[in-house]
Amino acid sequence: MTASSTLSAPRGRQRTTAGSGLTGTARLLRLAGRRDRVLIPVSALTLAAVVAGSAQATFDLYPDRSMAGGALRETLDNPAIVAIYGPVASATIDALATFKTVLMGGVFLCMLAYVVVRRHTRSEEEEGRLELLGSGVVGRRAPLAAAVLLATAAVLGTAVLTTLGAVAVGLDPGGSVALGVSWTVMGLTWVGVTAVAAQLTESARGTAGFALGALAVAYMLRALGDAAGDDSPVRFLTWLSPLGWGELVQPYGANRTWLLLVGVLAYAVLLLVAFALLERRDLGAGVLPSRPGPARGSVRTVGGLTRRLARGTLIGWTVGFVVLGVVVGSLGGSVQSFVDSPEIADMLRKLGGGSGSITDTFFATELRFAAIGAAALGIALTTRMRTEETTGRLEAVLATPATRLQWAMSHLLGALAATAFVLAVVGLAAGVIDGQRTGDVGGSAARMLGAALSALPAVWVCVAVAVLLVGLVPRLTGLAWGVLIGFLVLGEFGVIMGLPSWLTAVSPFDHLSQLPGGTLEVAPLVGLAVVAACIAAVGLTGLTRRDIG
Amino acid sequence: MTSAIQVHDLRKTFGRTIALDGLDLDVQTGEIHGFLGPNGSGKSTTLRILLGLMRSDGGTATLLGGDPWREVETLHRRLAYVPGDVALWPTLTGGEVIDLLGNLRGGINEQRRADMIERFALDPTKKGRSYSKGNRQKVALVAALAADVELLLLDEPTSGLDPLMEAVFKDAVREFRAQGGTVLLSSHILSEVESVCDRVSIIRDGRNVESGTLAQLRHLSHTTIEATLERPAVQAEITALPGVTGAVVSGTHVTCAVESGHLGTVLQHLGTHGIRSLTSAPPTLEELFMEQYRVPAATP
Repeated sequence: MTASSTLSAPRGRQRTTAGSGLTGTARLLRLAGRRDRVLIPVSALTLAAVVAGSAQATFDLYPDRSMAGGALRETLDNPAIVAIYGPVASATIDALATFKTVLMGGVFLCMLAYVVVRRHTRSEEEEGRLELLGSGVVGRRAPLAAAVLLATAAVLGTAVLTTLGAVAVGLDPGGSVALGVSWTVMGLTWVGVTAVAAQLTESARGTAGFALGALAVAYMLRALGDAAGDDSPVRFLTWLSPLGWGELVQPYGANRTWLLLVGVLAYAVLLLVAFALLERRDLGAGVLPSRPGPARGSVRTVGGLTRRLARGTLIGWTVGFVVLGVVVGSLGGSVQSFVDSPEIADMLRKLGGGSGSITDTFFATELRFAAIGAAALGIALTTRMRTEETTGRLEAVLATPATRLQWAMSHLLGALAATAFVLAVVGLAAGVIDGQRTGDVGGSAARMLGAALSALPAVWVCVAVAVLLVGLVPRLTGLAWGVLIGFLVLGEFGVIMGLPSWLTAVSPFDHLSQLPGGTLEVAPLVGLAVVAACIAAVGLTGLTRRDIG
Repeated sequence: MTSAIQVHDLRKTFGRTIALDGLDLDVQTGEIHGFLGPNGSGKSTTLRILLGLMRSDGGTATLLGGDPWREVETLHRRLAYVPGDVALWPTLTGGEVIDLLGNLRGGINEQRRADMIERFALDPTKKGRSYSKGNRQKVALVAALAADVELLLLDEPTSGLDPLMEAVFKDAVREFRAQGGTVLLSSHILSEVESVCDRVSIIRDGRNVESGTLAQLRHLSHTTIEATLERPAVQAEITALPGVTGAVVSGTHVTCAVESGHLGTVLQHLGTHGIRSLTSAPPTLEELFMEQYRVPAATP
């Protein structure tokens, strides 16, 4: 880097020793490690625990391991399921016990790698903190090197922990090592992908777009390749996807650990590209120029501003909910064929499956999860109020004739409408797809739409809680997420943990009707809506009375 | 002359921190009023109370004849505000932000908008996240200066601007006053205040320590005198004179600081020793400012 180092010398690098540009890497690594001392260990332990836990749960369901296999594997070979989770590596109980976690866990590990690399490179740079560091004794390459080292350690640590956990619950050791290798291949590749993405644009958002966009493309490629089956001409698509490489390791099946070489090679090439790009750009700039926008604005009102700011988020969630609806709708048929096998009937009985048709129970359960997702969207949109406030942007708005109430109402109404919209989307998508099976598209769509929307009052209670926090105790706005997680835990595990019913009733989701399949009870829904209105009113009142900023 | 802003005995505490401790401030209609004070002295808190973003714990504040907490909608139609640290929405361009703030205020003066963008050499097509600090500041300044308002509240508006842009800013503010506008300019930059402000208030620890025109403030303050006398003077006698501080007498050479009101007495006394040469230096605003800050907080 002789030429470029002379070029960048005037930017205050005189004190840098030698030409490596890596001075200070160890110090930055310690700093980054300190900042991530909760994120990384918790993520690693969670991923390892999910693998071990779900394997253990499968073992518990099948004390006689020979019972699994045959019929179950046939069901799991359904193209829709394969597209989501990847193929089952073999007909062994170990492969069945881990088949849902291999790809999904790998995707989460990729996200962890992405978060760690982005946080310590482009995000830092965008906020100007790197500039501060860069003026000290820190080489030009040191921040990227530190971020990559930390993310690599996170990936390897998670893979090792997961392998150990898998062996501990009695999974085949060879397959467990292959599982660790599979995750390492995926995770390391995303360390590299994010390192490159961080060089391309000048914003952290842009980095997110490239890194997560690549992840989505990789996921889709392997989904197409996998679903097509072994004899299809598009099977090779799986081989084009780094997630496909991880999957092709086939833990507890073929155990192709040699694919680790492919992952390491991709990692090395991507890092070379990233460091080469780093040399070609200025601090704070991206390789790609930022695009200019319109010189005149069309946003004229507070409500217009709120809608504009929420636009990107809402588009993303809508796409996600369409996909979710399509997947849920297309699984309706598979669920029906599930029950045809005695093993599954047995399993469902053990899980405490309720009354009504098994397909309806499945839809109701999935729509409940969609409702919790919609609540998360509502909270994300509502808590933006606090972000606007802490960044100082709210001050500029409130210095105009716009009032606090107008501003807060635009966010509240926006969140209420957005949550209704995405729930309608997931219901319609699922209904239309399921209609292909039942032959009554209109009826099916209306039924699922109604079922999805019936969860709205509970979702709105969550939005109202966020408004309450922003209005009364703004410092604790983040608690809204804790409340949602609390509701989720009460709803999912309340009964299993034997909690008293008054406690599980704290969750608004506890008062929803079991739809489709069950009967619609209107009174609890009206009650929830009233509760939501009261909570939101208290929050809004608090907001109009407190200090801003 | 009427007051655009009248603040009396304003108080505000954050937990145990006292931000404002009985602040008085009077801004006349049609003047550019400098609001000087060190970091943490309560300037921004005062502006936030005037904008109705915060509620005072005591005292009164009147803005354009109204209550800044209650009459937000009507008052804010008549004013524009530029914060000290401008934050923009990362995905909106500078031009979009200018139009948004203008429209929220009830309309934008197209000609002045174009004029200000040109004078501040602002590229309105860049996204909020890619502006430098100085350019973010320019976006807020253009939005405020292009508005049809009668009062500008500016909180250290030139931080991050280069000297050329600072000159543009000073011109624009003077033009605004020439059209009858009122400006409250909080600032650290003394030369800026000195060159554009009609009157100045100096604030420290949440209360104002001096207020008035620059001439008045100079009058209140000390003039430095250096004199060579024909006959030696006595240190004790000079020090004992009213309004004299920091007197240093070495034989026939005297230096001291004299409060402007007592200059005559001091010169008279020096005259009894025969004055051979005398220089006097009126205080610059900088000296005024520094002087106010040097005084310990207990004796404002």
